[in-house]
Amino acid sequence: MSEELKPQAAAPQAAAKPAAPRAAAAKPAAPAKPAVNELKPTVVEPAALRAELVRLHDKEGMDFLLNLTGEDWMDEGLGVVYQLENTADGKQACVKCVCPDRENPMLPSVCDLWDIAHTYEREVYDFYGIVFTNHPDMRRLFMREDWVGYPFRKDDKTEEENPLRMTNEPLSDFTTEYSLHEDGTVEKVEHRVWDKDDYVVNIGPQHPSTHGVLHFRVALEGERIRKIDPHLGYIHRGVEKISEQMTYPQTLALTDRLDYLGAMQNRHALCMCIEQAMGVEVSDRVQVIRTIMDELQRIDSHILFFSCLCQDLGATTAFLYGFRDREKILDIFEETCGGRLILNYNTIGGVMADIHPNFVKRVKEFIPYMRKNIQEYHDIFTGNVIFQNRSKGVGVLTKEQVISFGCTGGTGRASGWHNDLRKLRPYAAYDRVQFNEVVRTEGDSFARYMIRLDEILESLNIIEQLIDNIPEGNFQEKMKPIIKLPVGTFYSEVEGSRGRFGVFIESKGDKSPYRLHYRSTGLPLVAVMDTVCRGNMLADLITIGGTVDYVVPDVDR
Amino acid sequence: MKRAKIKSIPYEEFKDNETYEKLVEELNAGGANVIVRKLDDLIDWGRSNSLWPLTFATSCCGIEFMAVCAARYDIARFGFEVTRNSPRQADVILVCGTITTKMAPVLRRLYDQMADPKYVVAIGGCSVSGGPFTKSYHVLNGVDKIIPVDVYVPGCPPRPESFLYGMMQLQRIVKVENFFGTTNRKEKDPFKAEAERKGEEIYKEEELA
Repeated sequence: MSEELKPQAAAPQAAAKPAAPRAAAAKPAAPAKPAVNELKPTVVEPAALRAELVRLHDKEGMDFLLNLTGEDWMDEGLGVVYQLENTADGKQACVKCVCPDRENPMLPSVCDLWDIAHTYEREVYDFYGIVFTNHPDMRRLFMREDWVGYPFRKDDKTEEENPLRMTNEPLSDFTTEYSLHEDGTVEKVEHRVWDKDDYVVNIGPQHPSTHGVLHFRVALEGERIRKIDPHLGYIHRGVEKISEQMTYPQTLALTDRLDYLGAMQNRHALCMCIEQAMGVEVSDRVQVIRTIMDELQRIDSHILFFSCLCQDLGATTAFLYGFRDREKILDIFEETCGGRLILNYNTIGGVMADIHPNFVKRVKEFIPYMRKNIQEYHDIFTGNVIFQNRSKGVGVLTKEQVISFGCTGGTGRASGWHNDLRKLRPYAAYDRVQFNEVVRTEGDSFARYMIRLDEILESLNIIEQLIDNIPEGNFQEKMKPIIKLPVGTFYSEVEGSRGRFGVFIESKGDKSPYRLHYRSTGLPLVAVMDTVCRGNMLADLITIGGTVDYVVPDVDR
Repeated sequence: MKRAKIKSIPYEEFKDNETYEKLVEELNAGGANVIVRKLDDLIDWGRSNSLWPLTFATSCCGIEFMAVCAARYDIARFGFEVTRNSPRQADVILVCGTITTKMAPVLRRLYDQMADPKYVVAIGGCSVSGGPFTKSYHVLNGVDKIIPVDVYVPGCPPRPESFLYGMMQLQRIVKVENFFGTTNRKEKDPFKAEAERKGEEIYKEEELA
């Protein structure tokens, strides 16, 4: 099997390097061009990293840190891959930096350039032990503080060192900064997370309104929030790490369980990444089916957003209305996919099964039904004075803030950031449909709420345009029994229910990924909670958290 | 033998009656007084039809739990609709979703905070056995490692019907419990019980004194 795959595996490289045209000629059927989603990172020395990133940020306008992936290249050392984007013209850049010292890996922090780097760098520190110098808050992000070792390192022996600890979790009030002096020495400085007279309240991890197991430590001044310290990791399942031992088709199963309200889109992103890396083209029929399914999933997610927000604010009737309509979508899913929530529908090269004969009829009945019911939502909840007072002008985010924090999806669009990937870089069948990108400029909780409800209507428009012309064709391309990716780094993304969901794969040519990283849509949304809540009332934390709309298993992965 | 009567499903239609009968036998091993048993029936009837769950959900199964609570599946038909946000007021904890090793002490504490009599239902593959994340370094392979589980509901996530079936199993368990006279759910020291069953001689505390 590996014999057959070799020419295909070598093809993308062959095109990149003209020195090896023989490999491409050996099998003309193999794609001769490099994969469309291959990343070509500029490799930078650790000493020059900071200067290069400052240049990209200041001179080339790369104001959006899309993704930051830590990696372990065994003997070469540990390192990171930065993916940047210019939000004005859509240009992207990718920078890779390897730190050869495995004992004391250190890289300069860039959390003063992009706010989200603050959280991403803590994640890399937690998983790989790379210390970012001058980062003011170098704590673990997901693991317990008494966790031994760094779980994502290839040579880590986690299980022996970390038995199940049933003791209460230690939570330090101190944090460390490794400040780098001009003469090259590193000094360890301790900072306080909380001031001495801060009044700190714990919310979570078991709290009905945090939408999952999330822990906020909130410092209060009277009833106003002075600072929030989100504490993550209560549902960190190590999906990325266990994927490294799985074959590509096996990794698909875990994507649905990340952001279970974007199951279709997550799996679509991973399938698309693998397909593009292999040079497989799926049929038109599959593209259209995937698009329709993604939009149904988006409606499902937004209805749930509405229901949960209402429930959190005490409107139980609205919750029941939302779930009534959501069941209609679940019926459509169930008939075709067999599942209600976890769908397992997309596969590499197509979809699991063709659409059910009743699919088109059901969807066509659903479209006018949902349009009518959206009005009902507005009648019962949107116009409510209590809700309006609690959401208008509350939790305002500016456009600069959402870009710096990388808050994509509805949260970003509510602050005037045009970040809809379906418009920026259309994938699947989005280039053949007409729809509006819903954008508002207020940036408050009410805008974030209205964006979601308006997006339901846009999604219905998209489905309506496609449902009557689903082209004929295969629903599944014939794939080899063992799927291997060519050597290289690949990145694909889709517009998920709550933002841009990306899949980063580094392949060494094996049947399982060397490194699989998901650009979580939720992590930036939780990271922004401190900024968005400051100065607001404690009670509004629930409204703001609800409208920002994160799903915790997607945050923790 | 006493059999719990569930309105919605006839006794024969439950999938596993053997385990249940064994449980009933264990509970009634010491025999039951007729009058006390009648009082017990009354209390069990009330308790089994008003089991208040704790709103506890870590991941996907939590969304299905919400769906069960909503209009179509309507958990209120069985008296489970009063979800409590505080463990102090809850009767049953539905463990919906993956429990990570970081979450494990929190779950244990929630369980300890609940007032007796309390029940645990493990919902979904993750809380039954670790599910698709069994090999992960940060996932607890089954909540029964840290708290006693009464009913297991497999599925990923389980369908709402499975939820309800699982809850009815729990109702059956509640319906045969003894309230007066005996302490609920107190397990004998397994070492002593095993020795007693086999007729082996062991040192007893009374003798040592």
